[in-house]
Amino acid sequence: MILTDDQRQIADMAKSFLAEEGTIAKQLRHWRDIGCKDGFGHDLWKQMAELGLTGLAVPEAEGGLGLGATEAALVMEEVGRNLTPSPFLTTALVAVEAMKGTEQGKHWFPGIVAGETVAAIAVDEGPHHRPRQIALRAERSGNGFALSGTKQFVVHGASADVILVAARTSGSAGESDGLTLFAVPREAAGMTVENVALTDSSKAARLTFDKVAVDADAVIGEVDGGWEPLRRAMRLGRTGAAAEMVGAAGGAMTMTVDYLRQRKQFGKLIGEFQVLQHRAAHLFGEIEIARAATLKAAELLDKGDDKAGIMSHVAKAKAGRVATLAVQEGVQMHGGIGMTDEHDIGFYMKRAKVLDSLFGDSSYHARMVQVMGA
Amino acid sequence: MTDLESFRAETRSWLEANCPAEMRTPMRSEDDACWGGRNFQFQSEAQEQWLRVMGEKGWTVPDWPAAYGGGGLSPAETKVLREEMKAIGARNPLSSFGISMLGPALLKYGTEEQKTRFLPEIARGEIRWCQGYSEPGAGSDLAGLQTRCEDKGDHWLVNGQKVWTSYADKADWIFCLVRTSTESKHGGISFLLFDMESEGVSTKPILLISGYSPFCETFFDDVKVPKDQIVGEVNKGWDVAKYLLGHEREMISGMGLGSGSSRTLAASLGEIDDPVLAAEVALFDVDAIAFAAMSEHFIDQLKAGEAHPAMPSMMKYAGTELNKKRHELIMAAGGSDALEWDSERSRGGKAPREWLRTKANSIEGGTSEVQLGIVAKHILRLPGA
Ligand SMILES: Cc1cc2nc3c(=O)[nH]c(=O)nc-3n(C[C@H](O)[C@H](O)[C@H](O)COP(=O)(O)OP(=O)(O)OC[C@H]3O[C@@H](n4cnc5c(N)ncnc54)[C@H](O)[C@@H]3O)c2cc1C
Ligand SMILES: Cc1cc2nc3c(=O)[nH]c(=O)nc-3n(C[C@H](O)[C@H](O)[C@H](O)COP(=O)(O)OP(=O)(O)OC[C@H]3O[C@@H](n4cnc5c(N)ncnc54)[C@H](O)[C@@H]3O)c2cc1C
Repeated sequence: MILTDDQRQIADMAKSFLAEEGTIAKQLRHWRDIGCKDGFGHDLWKQMAELGLTGLAVPEAEGGLGLGATEAALVMEEVGRNLTPSPFLTTALVAVEAMKGTEQGKHWFPGIVAGETVAAIAVDEGPHHRPRQIALRAERSGNGFALSGTKQFVVHGASADVILVAARTSGSAGESDGLTLFAVPREAAGMTVENVALTDSSKAARLTFDKVAVDADAVIGEVDGGWEPLRRAMRLGRTGAAAEMVGAAGGAMTMTVDYLRQRKQFGKLIGEFQVLQHRAAHLFGEIEIARAATLKAAELLDKGDDKAGIMSHVAKAKAGRVATLAVQEGVQMHGGIGMTDEHDIGFYMKRAKVLDSLFGDSSYHARMVQVMGA
Repeated sequence: MTDLESFRAETRSWLEANCPAEMRTPMRSEDDACWGGRNFQFQSEAQEQWLRVMGEKGWTVPDWPAAYGGGGLSPAETKVLREEMKAIGARNPLSSFGISMLGPALLKYGTEEQKTRFLPEIARGEIRWCQGYSEPGAGSDLAGLQTRCEDKGDHWLVNGQKVWTSYADKADWIFCLVRTSTESKHGGISFLLFDMESEGVSTKPILLISGYSPFCETFFDDVKVPKDQIVGEVNKGWDVAKYLLGHEREMISGMGLGSGSSRTLAASLGEIDDPVLAAEVALFDVDAIAFAAMSEHFIDQLKAGEAHPAMPSMMKYAGTELNKKRHELIMAAGGSDALEWDSERSRGGKAPREWLRTKANSIEGGTSEVQLGIVAKHILRLPGA
């Protein structure tokens, strides 16, 4: 795939903006060190809005840029390269995709475009992503529903203005039919939000729903038909997460290769040792392949091609494994300094771990590839 | 209809009318490949006809200029042709080192006379070429080659030995690296073409571990070669050699695309009931599909002139390591059936022989270690690499 000039422009814009404003020192390390409860900066989110990025996937008619998965992936790659903490993935991509073409979208998009609204998505109920296993129940009650159950790993859940909750309105765990997606405002009575710090200093919430009452118009799409918007949102979400991992892998590799060019041991630059050269070269190839797979998934999503589903699983699985390799090699090749908090390479390791898990880890997606391919 | 759409429609109906039914079935083995050349024994009329009609249209080399026997197609049209051929399962009409290696080097470095003389014959599959690069003392360290080429005024005189020359015994001509000067290692190499029927050329087959023998030792004993058969300048053959190697690696990296995923493995070898193996296959599928996306991207980049010159090394490395892995899995999935050297259960030994053959993928055309070294040096710019 060769990028169009417009796509290159978006990528360049994201690249220079994030390399300036989204750096580890200005964002990730800064928010961590001051113990920020959000784990990201609202000012940056505002700046991203000014550049149009928060509304990247919002249709033009609703004030957004109306761009696709490819542009999203290009921006995510730069987010990953700088480890920039922001709600871009959950809000601007996943939530927007889920709410596209719905009344809920009309309601929430203006805030998202303006960089004022943060959205989160609540799918997982255990430590592993198993969307078909959703058990959180939504019972009909009055003219709406009452939600009961738990969710975890709800990224930015405690900072979000709205949480998209995947609940079961019929059927039983294991089925994709019978799920419904609800837009639940964060103040909803009966919802307890526990803000949890993750390994990478980002924040995710554990949610407990005790008969949380929502109106019928909180339903996104159709009752019992939540799988469709959820599936669309998850496709874009995992493609975005894959792109972020590709960026993070690339960032870790760049940092490592730079180190190999500077660090001297045994009277030589360590980059002269062939054993390190070959591992770095192998890593380079793997990152290129993960990137191609991710852009392919995005391209197929943009074309509405049937193969987009399986390709998004391939992208997430491949990028997860490659990012893991990149950060492990990165820390190892930095030697002792790589183990220190002062050095940034460790941040890559922690972020890659969280991203691999987000929306399903590599094993999950490899299994999906096998199931869908068979 | 856009031009491209009408091109697609025309191509589709032309292929429909001209591709023989027999040429729309998968190849059963390497032996089904059509190599062309002066002495090639076609396996069927269909194979011969398919080569002829494709050659006449220039579609064996769709993107070469029509003046040199090519199809003169744009990159987009070439892609369409490839897609339409794939859609009907059309076989490659011609397997040819002339197309995948020598042709691009001639297009870039050949004289007008050399281009008009050799390229159309390559396109029509009339001359079969072999590659005389490696020598017993010059493998990875290719520039260490010793084959002497002396200027005898009205001709060149060649003496020396090559090794690993694939199909030397079947080829009509050889493209060859020779030493025209001993003053500098890289700066004394020239790129020479000559007829394998020239006096003083002899070949001796080398049997591989797979039981095949498409490789030869090739000997040159006072071979006289006309003066105009050097490509590029005398002593500047290393540039031509490297350019050609880029294309060779590109071609070899395509092996990573070999019929690929667990579906094919399972279909050919029965159910995989071992969960550990099933998991390995699943992870392999991810790698294989991701690599296919990379290949497509790489080809697009090449056509757009945006590929880094060392990228074929990355692709060659990744593609060949993947192909080796694929055949390890095929063997594992096949169990003892796949071990049978010559029986129906192993499809006439296809499984074990292919498995063994793939071990050369990471050696031929430059080893994996050499490719990694090139990437480290030219892309990552690591010191002293
Ligand atoms: C948690 C921790 C505890 C420690 N405790 C102690 C302690 O109690 N006492 C103490 O004295 N030290 C201690 N160390 C230091 C430790 O021994 C060094 O970090 C280690 O020897 C590596 O040296 P380095 O960090 O300078 O890395 P470098 O030597 O700079 O190595 C950087 C990278 O280059 C590679 N490399 C270097 N030379 C070569 C080569 N010739 N060929 C191939 N690759 C090469 C390395 O493998 C590494 O990947 C500790 C380190 C850590 C992280
Ligand atoms: C099936 C097959 C077909 C071939 N077809 C042709 C052909 O048609 N024409 C032709 O000219 N040649 C052909 N070759 C030759 C091929 O290009 C060489 O075998 C290859 O370049 C390796 O050279 P070598 O065998 O001399 O191994 P060596 O160079 O001796 O290498 C031995 C080992 O040392 C490693 N090594 C060498 N140098 C380095 C280094 N600097 N750093 C790290 N590791 C290193 C290698 O990676 C390898 O693992 C073919 C080979 C095979 C197996």
